[in-house]
Amino acid sequence: MVDARVEEFRDQARRRLEGKLTEDQFKPLRLMNGLYLQLHAYMLRVAIPYGTLNAHQMEALADIAEKYDRGYGHFTTRQNIQYNWIKLEDAADILADLSKVEMHAIQTSGNCIRNISADHFAGAAADEVVDPRPYAELMRQWSSFHPEFTYLPRKFKIAVIGSETDRAAMRLHDIGIRIVKRDGEVGAQFFAGGGMGRTPMIAPMIRDFVPLDQLIIYAEACLRVYNRYGRRDNKYKARIKILVHELGAAEYTRQVEDEFAHMLSVGIEPPREELARIAAHFAPPAFVDGPKTLDRSDPDFALWVDRNTHRHQHDAYVSAVISLKPAGGIPGDATADQMRLMARLAKQYSFDELRVMHTQNVLLPHVRIADLHAVWSALDEAGLGSPNMDTIEDIIACPGLDYCSLANARSIPLAQRISERFAASGRTAELGELKLKISGCINACGHHHAGHIGILGVDKKGTENFQLSLGGSEAEDVSLAKITGPGFDEDGVVAAVEKVTDVYLGAREDGERFLDTYRRIGMEPFKEALYGR
Amino acid sequence: MKILTGNDLRSGAVTWWNGTGWSLFVDDAVDVGDEAKEILAREEAARRVNVPYVIEATIDAGGHVRPAHIKDRVRALGPTVRRDLAVPTAAKTGWDWVI
Repeated sequence: MVDARVEEFRDQARRRLEGKLTEDQFKPLRLMNGLYLQLHAYMLRVAIPYGTLNAHQMEALADIAEKYDRGYGHFTTRQNIQYNWIKLEDAADILADLSKVEMHAIQTSGNCIRNISADHFAGAAADEVVDPRPYAELMRQWSSFHPEFTYLPRKFKIAVIGSETDRAAMRLHDIGIRIVKRDGEVGAQFFAGGGMGRTPMIAPMIRDFVPLDQLIIYAEACLRVYNRYGRRDNKYKARIKILVHELGAAEYTRQVEDEFAHMLSVGIEPPREELARIAAHFAPPAFVDGPKTLDRSDPDFALWVDRNTHRHQHDAYVSAVISLKPAGGIPGDATADQMRLMARLAKQYSFDELRVMHTQNVLLPHVRIADLHAVWSALDEAGLGSPNMDTIEDIIACPGLDYCSLANARSIPLAQRISERFAASGRTAELGELKLKISGCINACGHHHAGHIGILGVDKKGTENFQLSLGGSEAEDVSLAKITGPGFDEDGVVAAVEKVTDVYLGAREDGERFLDTYRRIGMEPFKEALYGR
Repeated sequence: MKILTGNDLRSGAVTWWNGTGWSLFVDDAVDVGDEAKEILAREEAARRVNVPYVIEATIDAGGHVRPAHIKDRVRALGPTVRRDLAVPTAAKTGWDWVI
C-alpha cells in the first residue's frame, strides 16, 4: 500500500516538474505526503507512530539526513522527524527509502487524522496501568487512509496514554484517550476538544469508560459529529475545540452518544482477535534480573542518572532519556552520526527500541541498570549526555522563523541563550523541574500555552517581540499559561525569564516546583518583578 | 524598491529576480518597478520559479539589498542558528543585517 503511494507521488512530482500540474494543483498532493515548502527549501515530515522506532529505522533516518539533506534532522513535539533541506526531485526516492523500513510521511499534513502520539514511557513506566501502544496502533490502522476522514474541517490530533500521569499532553489534543482499568476490565476514557494554537482549550472528559470492543466505534462517532458540524467556513474556527466549546461539552457528547448508538448496529469495530494480534507485537521484552544499584562515584554520571532516568516496571531496568538539548544547542536537532549512535545503543542496550519524546528528546525505554554507565559514557562522548530532563535547560522550541514560513519570530536563538545562561550560572539544579516552552507564532508548535514558563514570538511592526506567560502545564495537572503583560525584545525576555525564576526562588516553600509556587502566590509578584507594578 | 523572490521548483532554494534570471543572492535583486505582475506570471508559467511574490526592499548603508521584512532577510541568508549552512554571501552581508 505504501509502495503504491510512493509511486503515485513519484508520478505527481514528475508531472509537477514537467509543468503538467500547477503549484495549486500539486500543493495538496505533496502535503498529503508530508512535503511542505518552508523558508529555505522543501521540508519533509516523517511519521513516527506513537514515537516508537527500532534501530534499523533510526539508521534509515540517519541515512536520509546524510544522503538527501544536510546531515541532520529535527525531532518534533508530535514525535515526528522533519528534514529541512529536501529537493522536490529527491522526495519520491526518500519516501521509497522510508518504505523499505516500514515508514512513511502520509497524514503528516493536511486536514486528516495525523500521527497518533502516545506516552513515550509506554510499556516501561513503573506507574503505568495499561500499555497504551496496542490501542494507539489500532487507532493508527483505523485512521490511516480512512476515506471518510481524509478531508476533515481541519487537522486532527489524537494522543493515547495508559497511566494517571500524563506525559503526552493528552488533554491538549483534539481527542485524548486514557486507557484505564475499571473492576478489572480495560477500557478507554475519552476527552474531546482540546488543543493549543490561537485558541487554547483543555479537553473535557466526554465518556469515562468505553469498553474495548467499542473503542473504534466511539472514536468514529466523535469524528463523525465533528466532520458533520465543524466550521468549514472559517479556518480559524474549524478545529474540534471550537465546536465542542460552541455546542458545549454536554451537547457535543449527546450528539456523539446518539451517533455511537446508531453505529453500534453497523458493526465496524475490528474483532477482539485483531487487537490481540496487535498486542502481541508489544509484548514485554525478555527482561532479566540484575543489579538494582549502581556505582555513583562519578558525580557527572550520578547527576545524569538522577535527572535523565525514569523508573521502570522491572526493578533491574530504567528508561534513559537522551537529551537533544545541549546548552546552547538547537532543541530537537540530531546529526546523522548521533542518530546512528542512538540506534547502536538501542540495539545493544534497549531491546532494539527507541522512542521520540514530545519534549524533542529520544528515549531508550529499557536499559539495565548494570549497563547505564556504558550508555551514559557513549552518549556523553557524542554530546548527547546533558543531564537536564524537565529542567529549564530542557526547553521545547519550535523551528520558528529560522525555518518556518508561518513563524513571526525566532524561537531557537532564545532557547539557546536561555539554556546557555542557566547552564553557565549553575542555577538549573536549584530551580528543579521547570518546563519552558517557546513558540515562534500563535500556532503554538512549541507548546508555549503549556509551559510553566511560556514564550510566544510575535511580529510587532516588523520586529520580533516576545510575550511571556506563566503557569501552564501539559501534564495531569493540566492548565493554560497566562500572559504576564506587555511583551519584550529578545534581550528583554531572556532577562525576564531570569527575574521570574528569582521570584520563584525567593517565594517557594519546601518541595514546591515553580508551577506550585506560581499557583500558590499567583501572577502579581511576578508582574511586579517584571514591570514594577 | 520592489524586488521579486520565490523558490526554485526543483531544489526549493530561495531565489531573487536579477533582471534576466533567478539568483541565489539577494544582492543581485533588482528593482522591478511596476513590472512585477508581468514578470511573475511569465516566470512562474515557465517553471523557472515557484510561488514567487513581490516585496519591498531598500539599499542599505553597506550597499546591500535589504528586504523590508525580517522573514525575507532570514530567507536571504539562511537560518541564523546554522550559519554553516548559510548562502555563501552571508559573511559579507553580516548576520546583524537580519535583525
